[in-house]
Amino acid sequence: MPPKAEPPAMAQSDTHPTQGLTACHICDALCHDRQPGPGERIRCPRCNTVLRTGRHAAIDRLLALALAVPPLMAIGLAASFLSLSGGGAMNEASVLDAASAVATADTWPLAFAVGALIIALPALRAVALTYVLLPLRLGHAPARHARMAFRMAVDLRPWSMAEIFVIGVAVALVKVTGMASVTLGPAFWSFVLLAMVALMEDAVLCQRSIWDLLR
Amino acid sequence: MSGQVLTARAAGQVACTRCGAVWAPRLTSCPRCHARLASRPVHGLGPVWAWWVAGLLLYIPANIWPMLVTRTLGREEASTILGGVVELANHGSWGIAAIVFIASIAIPVSKFAAIGLLALAVRHRVPIRGHGLMVLYEVVEFIGRWSMIDIFVVAILSALVQLGFLASLAPGPAAACFALSVAFTMLAARAFDPRLIWDRIGEDA
Repeated sequence: MPPKAEPPAMAQSDTHPTQGLTACHICDALCHDRQPGPGERIRCPRCNTVLRTGRHAAIDRLLALALAVPPLMAIGLAASFLSLSGGGAMNEASVLDAASAVATADTWPLAFAVGALIIALPALRAVALTYVLLPLRLGHAPARHARMAFRMAVDLRPWSMAEIFVIGVAVALVKVTGMASVTLGPAFWSFVLLAMVALMEDAVLCQRSIWDLLR
Repeated sequence: MSGQVLTARAAGQVACTRCGAVWAPRLTSCPRCHARLASRPVHGLGPVWAWWVAGLLLYIPANIWPMLVTRTLGREEASTILGGVVELANHGSWGIAAIVFIASIAIPVSKFAAIGLLALAVRHRVPIRGHGLMVLYEVVEFIGRWSMIDIFVVAILSALVQLGFLASLAPGPAAACFALSVAFTMLAARAFDPRLIWDRIGEDA
C-alpha cells in the first residue's frame, strides 16, 4: 500500500480517540462524526451503513423499550399460552408449565436451549440495557461496569430469538391440527409484542451515541 | 487506494468496529469500549473456516437422523427434516411446508455456500463483483438465525406431549445436531470481517 494519505490527526493520544472522526464498522471508511438532526440518520458515505440515529432516540426510546420487556415477559411466562379444548373440557398451559414438563423428561437440553433463547437472554438484555441507560437518562454518571453490560446487551442480540419463536409456534400449531385442537392464549400475544419490541430496539439503537456517554 | 474514500487503514489508523472510535495503530484494545482493536482480523479467515466446518459436519447427522419420532398404536415412525416437509406437503399444508423447507434446508445450505464463497472471494479471484459480495454478506447476517424455527417447533411439540395435549411425539437426535449447526454457522458469519469485502471493492475500483 502506498502511504499516500496523511493521518488526519498529528498527535494521537492513547486515551482519547481522534476527534471529529469515526470509522464505519462495515467498510472501514473514515467519516466526519456529527450528531444527526431530528429524524435524521447518518450513514456511511461509502457503504450506506447507518452510523448514528441520534442521542435522544438512542436513550429515551431504547430505555422505554427495555422497560417494556419485564412486564411482557411476566405475562408471557405466567399467563395461558395454549389451551386445548375438546368434549366440553378445557386444558390450559403456560410457558412455565411447558418448560417444567419438558425439563424433567430426557428432553431437558432442548428445554434449556429454548429457555435460554426466548427467556433468559432477552430478559438479561433488558436488565443490562436498563442498568446502562437509566443513569444516563437521569443525568447521572454511568453505572459501574456499564460498558461491560452494554457490550453484553449488544453481543447477545442475535441469540435473543423471540421473533423466531413466534413463527415456530405457528408452524407447530399447523403440524398438530388433526391430532389436537389447540388455541393460543394471551401469553402468545405477549411474545408477539416481545418480538416487536426487539425489532424496534434494533431500529433505534445507536451504539455510537451510547458509547459517547459511557466513555 | 480505495476509490475516493479514505479508510482508517489507509490513513494509518485503526478503527474500533464496536464503538467507531479511531485510534493510533499501536493500540491493541479500544480504551473506550475495551473491544479488541485490529485493522484487519489477526487470524485472518481461520475462525470463519473453523466454525464453518464444525457447522457443516453437524448438519450431516442433522439431516440423516430423525428430527421427530412419532408413536401411534405401538408403531414408531421417525421423520427426518426432509421427511417432515414431505409429510406437511402431503397433508396439503403447502405454506407451512414451504416455511420449514426454507428455514431448515434452503437457508442452511445456501448459508454454507454463501459463507464459503465470501471467505474464498476475499482471498482469491472469484468472478463476482464486490458489491454482490456485500449483498450476500448482509443477507447471511440477517437470515441465519431464522433456521432455528424447526428447533422451536420440536420444543413446542414435545411440550404438548409432556402436558398431555398430544399422544406421543419425541424429539430425535437430529434436533441437537441441527441446533448446534445453526449456532456454529451464526458464529462463522460473525467471525467474518466485512471490511475484507470492502478492501476488495477498493482494489476493484
